[in-house]
Parts: sequence; C-alpha cells; structure tokens
Amino acid sequence: MKFQRYINQHTNQITLATAILIGVGLLGKVINSDLIYTVSFIVASIISGTPIILRAISALRFKTISIELLVSIAVIGAFIIGEYNESAIVTFLFLFGTFLEDKTLAKTRHSIKDLTEMAPTTALVIGEDGETEETDVDFVDVDDMVLVKAGGQIPVDGEIVDGSGHINEASITGESKLVTKQAGDQVYSGTILDNGTVKVRATKVGDDTTFGKIVELVEDAQDTKSPAEKFIDKFATYYTPAVLIIALVVGLITKDFRLAITVLVLGCPGALVIGAPVSNVAGIGNGAKNGVLIKGGEVMNTFANVDTLVFDKTGTLTEGKTAVTAIKDYSNDQLGLQIAAAIEKQSDHPLAQAVVSFTNDHQIGFDHIQVNSADTIKGRGVKATADGQPVLIGNLRMMNDEQISLTKQQQADLEQIQNQGSSTVIVAFNGQVQAIFGISDVIRQGVKESLAQLKSLGIQKTVMLTGDNLQTANAVAEQIGIDEVHAELLPEQKVQYVKQFQQEGHKVAFVGDGINDSPSLVTADIGIAMGSGTDVAVETSDVVLMSSGFNELIHAYGLSKKTVMNTKENIVIAIGTVAALLVGLIFGFIYMASGMFVHEASILVVIFNAMRLINYRPKMPKLDADQLSVSEYDLSLKQ
Amino acid sequence: MSKAILQLDALSCPSCMQKIQGALEKQDGVENVKVLFNAAKVKTDFDGDKISADKLSDTVTDLGYEVQSMKVK
Repeated sequence: MKFQRYINQHTNQITLATAILIGVGLLGKVINSDLIYTVSFIVASIISGTPIILRAISALRFKTISIELLVSIAVIGAFIIGEYNESAIVTFLFLFGTFLEDKTLAKTRHSIKDLTEMAPTTALVIGEDGETEETDVDFVDVDDMVLVKAGGQIPVDGEIVDGSGHINEASITGESKLVTKQAGDQVYSGTILDNGTVKVRATKVGDDTTFGKIVELVEDAQDTKSPAEKFIDKFATYYTPAVLIIALVVGLITKDFRLAITVLVLGCPGALVIGAPVSNVAGIGNGAKNGVLIKGGEVMNTFANVDTLVFDKTGTLTEGKTAVTAIKDYSNDQLGLQIAAAIEKQSDHPLAQAVVSFTNDHQIGFDHIQVNSADTIKGRGVKATADGQPVLIGNLRMMNDEQISLTKQQQADLEQIQNQGSSTVIVAFNGQVQAIFGISDVIRQGVKESLAQLKSLGIQKTVMLTGDNLQTANAVAEQIGIDEVHAELLPEQKVQYVKQFQQEGHKVAFVGDGINDSPSLVTADIGIAMGSGTDVAVETSDVVLMSSGFNELIHAYGLSKKTVMNTKENIVIAIGTVAALLVGLIFGFIYMASGMFVHEASILVVIFNAMRLINYRPKMPKLDADQLSVSEYDLSLKQ
Repeated sequence: MSKAILQLDALSCPSCMQKIQGALEKQDGVENVKVLFNAAKVKTDFDGDKISADKLSDTVTDLGYEVQSMKVK
C-alpha cells in the first residue's frame, strides 16, 4: 500500500523520466547502438508500466475491469514479444495523457472550485467580556455575536444588531451592486462588507447557511448524472470486459499475438467515459458562475427539452410590489401631487405608500404643505384638510358621493388607466379633480423581450397562471405578449393546469417565486425558482435563479441546450475515434503506439470541446426604451 | 449515526470512486457512502460506536488517496 501511494504521488516524475528514457533510446537508434536503444526502452517500459499495473490490480480487487487492465495486458504482451519500444511509448502516452486530462479537467472544475473557495474560513467572535477572538468558522455557534470589519467577509447568516455598511452580495444574488444594510437587516454568509463595521448575531452557521447550501447543491449537481452518462457508465462496465474477450477471440482465430494486444489498446473506451461528464461539469460550472444553479445532468437534459414555460404572475413576471404606474396631473405646478403625498404620508395603506414613494422618487417636495386633519372613510378613501382647504383622496365612488364630477377628458383617462389593470386613486380639491394615480404591480423590466428571446431559443408556448383578477391579468399579459392567461386560480388549480399541459404531451417548466408555488414547482418537469436564494426555493426546485432576473432564465435555458448538444458532440467524437481506429487497424495504418496516441488525443479533444461551455453566454435581448416604465412617467410629468 | 465529510486531493479516474466507495462500505458501521468525483469529497454516515472517524480517514489514505481535511458532525 505504501509503495502504491509513493508511486501515485510520483506519477508525474515517472512520466518525465519515461520521456527522457525514450529520448535516449531514440538517440541510441540514431547512433546505431542497439544496447542503448534496448536498455532505455526496457527501463522506460518497466517504470512507466508500474503505476498502470498497480491501478489495474487495485481496481480488480474491487471487481472492476478498468482501462488500465486493458493497457497493462497489452503492454506486458508487447514486452514479452520483445516490442520494447511499443510498450514504452504506449505506457508513456497513457501516463502523459492522464496528466493532461488532470490539468484540463481541473480547468473545467475551476468555476465550482472558485465558488467553494469563496466560503469564509474564520470569524471574529465577540466574547461575553466584549473582547473579540478570531476562530475557525466551524466553531461559531448560532446566537454567537461576530464582528465584521470593512473589507471582511461575513462568516454566518444572521441579523445585524449594531452598525451599518455597504455589502456586496454577489456570492448569493449574482449582482455585484452594493446594498446598504443596517441594524435589523439580514446578512448572508459569504458576502463581503465593502465598508463600515457591523456586529452580527448568527442565525445559521456553516453548512446550514444559504451559501453553504448553494455550495453543497452545486457540488452534488456536478456528480448527478445525466441519462447519457448513466447509459455510458453501464455501457462501459460491459464494454471494457467485452474488449478483453474480443482481443482473446481475435488472438485465437488469427494466431496473431501482436494483433490481439493492439485490439486491447484500440478498444479503450477513454473518450467515451470522460466525454459526457466533462460537458456537464463545465455547463454546471458556467451556470454557478452566472447565478444559475442547475441541479445536475438529468435536470440539464430535461430542461433542454422543455417547450412550455408556465409563469406565476406576482413576483415573477411582476416585481410583486405596488407602485404608481400611471399619472394624470391636472393641477398647476404639481400641487395636486404634493398635497396627495403630504396626506398619504400619514397612512400605511399600500396604495398610499405607492403615492408617497412615487413623489420621493421624482423629487417632488411636499414638506411645506400642512396637513390639518385626515379621516379615513372605509371603502372610499381619505377626507382631509391641507393648508386650510378640504381635500378628497379616494376612488370614483367617493367622488360621486361628494358630487365631484369628472370632465370628459378625465373620464377617458380614468378608463384608460383602469383598462391597464391598475387601481386608481383620484385627488380632488377646489371642487375639481386635480390628479389621477394609476397604481399596480410593476412588470419586471425587459420581460417582453426576454419572452421573445426564449421563444427564439426553442420555447413554443408561454403561459401565465395567477390568483389575481382577470382584468389585471389580461392587462399584464397584453403588455408582455404572453400566449395564454388563466386568472383567479388557487394554488391547486395551477397544479391542474401544469398537469393538463403535460398530458397534452408538452415538457413543462414552471417559473415561480418559490413561496406559495411549491406544488406547481414539484409537479412540473422542471421547477424554476426565482427567489433570491431562499431555502424553500433551493430545496424544491430544479433550477434556481439567484438574482431572480429574466436574463438568468435565458442563460439557464440556452446553457442547458448548449450543454446537451456538447454532450452529444463528445459522444460522436468518442465513438467516431474508436470506429476510425478499427478501420485503420483493418487496413494496417494503425499500430499500438499510434493507436494510443489517437486515443489520448481524442480524450483531449472532448475535454477542450467541453471547455467551450465555460465561457458560454447567450445573446441577451436589447431593452426597448419605451418599455422602461419609469421613463414613461417622466415624460407624462413634463407635459 | 454521525456524518463525516472528507475532502480529498483531486480525483482523476472514475474508477477511484468505485474503489473508495467499495472499501468504505465494507467497514462495519458505515452506511450511505457517497463519493463526489468532481468535488473530490466523500460523504458518509457512520456509527461512532463501531468505527472511529480516524479509521475512515485511514481507510481512504491506505487506498492511496490523500485526505486534506475531515469534518464530523
């Protein structure tokens, strides 16, 4: 065992020594010294054959017929019949090929290694005496207080109890924009405190943190096999012994020992066993680097075949928070907006808050307005007095009650806003309507373009399922150009629709925020969570989009198609190589050493082919300026 | 039942997986062995009364694979 470990650790030196010996041997041939030639090749064969034979034996002990066994038998055979140069070159090529495979494989695993290396290692724990002590992150317990200084990494999931700072959450959300956090806010392990100092109470530590879960998920994902891989694994377990038997049969029939051992080398399934997994590793690594977590090769495969995308509306197609999406101002100098904001500031109703944040966003000041009184009238709105004059803010019913009439233009505006699926808030004073706000759930930016892009990648049908009312649903659907809409649904009914599409023969992916869509996420062929790394989303879905963006959805879909394609290419290359070698053997172009060379080259070709996936990026849709809702309001305000 | 996670040096041949898996499963008190080829990690459940964590690590080392670190929960 010691000997084997020694050999394992020094394989690279052995490979180098073999290369030098082969060089010396060839030199011996040039200067016509048979002694140098023969001795060099014999020594080279022995030292480079040792690690291969050892590996073959240790695999045999676990009842596995490995590629090393095929090579070992061939090499020993060549050695016995005195073909020392063949045996030396074959073993050298095999070892050198393995060395190159390791190096290139490491490259394909790089993205994932980068991710795991981002995990925090130490934490500054604040003791009861207030002193801090640096400890290994594994020894931090829940409810411990940790101190994080500017530039430091947050070592736990927790809540800030003191201090504030700007945090880069790229490792969790994929977005490197700095987020301001202060006491009471959640922070995540693995994120970086750009500036400031914070004291954090740990709520989750180690592998339980969101970051720990992400790392575990990705590590598991790259070892979760695709159907192609599973098939090949099964194939290889029969194929390798079959090659052994074929070589034996060939040897017995032709009585040509040399031909028999050549078959052993040529039959090695090298590129075949490595081709499919390497594509998956590269593809999953690419995803992890770009905020797309795909749970393994099987998911990759199914996702590539998806033709129907079903979306939940709220929080997926829309941002899930209400905001002013339309505004009609009939007052002078935005007075109507100012007064409305000043009064609504006193309320915590979502519609009122939307009005206030709208005026804040557009820097419309309202501090100079005195609100004297404000009374809520249920189901109507607010009756208030501001700067000494009575003001009404509410719905159309309230206006009718108070005998405020709308002009023809205002009537038309109101209808237009309502048709967009928005709730309306009317502001009136001086006996006239001064402003109308349209408030609705904001549609995410670029959804329309993204859906079009997904279609060009191969999606046939897009569907929206929502619990919201039909009018709102239709309004949203019209703006984003979705194919099918079903509104006023309960979660169970959403599941029914997913099942129905599946029965119609579609492969369905369900995209939801992961909070109340779990049944649909599980039922669909592929569940895609657009939750920013929430636990539930990570666990119940097949694909997690870290920053909840549509760009990531496009990336995920495009990537899975590319990865599956890449796997197929690699299988074709591998099988093509074996076929070409056999033809070469029959026509007498190929011998043992050249066969091994072609084999090792084909292994490198499939790895390089997979490496193309590491830098894959789909074309992203260009944002249509008209759809940027914010600029639309700016325009209407200027009028 | 405790859970051990062993981080190994990079694995390069898929047959390494079978070797490690087979060797660990043969030990008394070891269950659910999972070898992650690409992450070079071994995850396993074991009964602390029947086998020590160090013994697990030694088993893998004896097969010729360097154990970089081990976590036991």
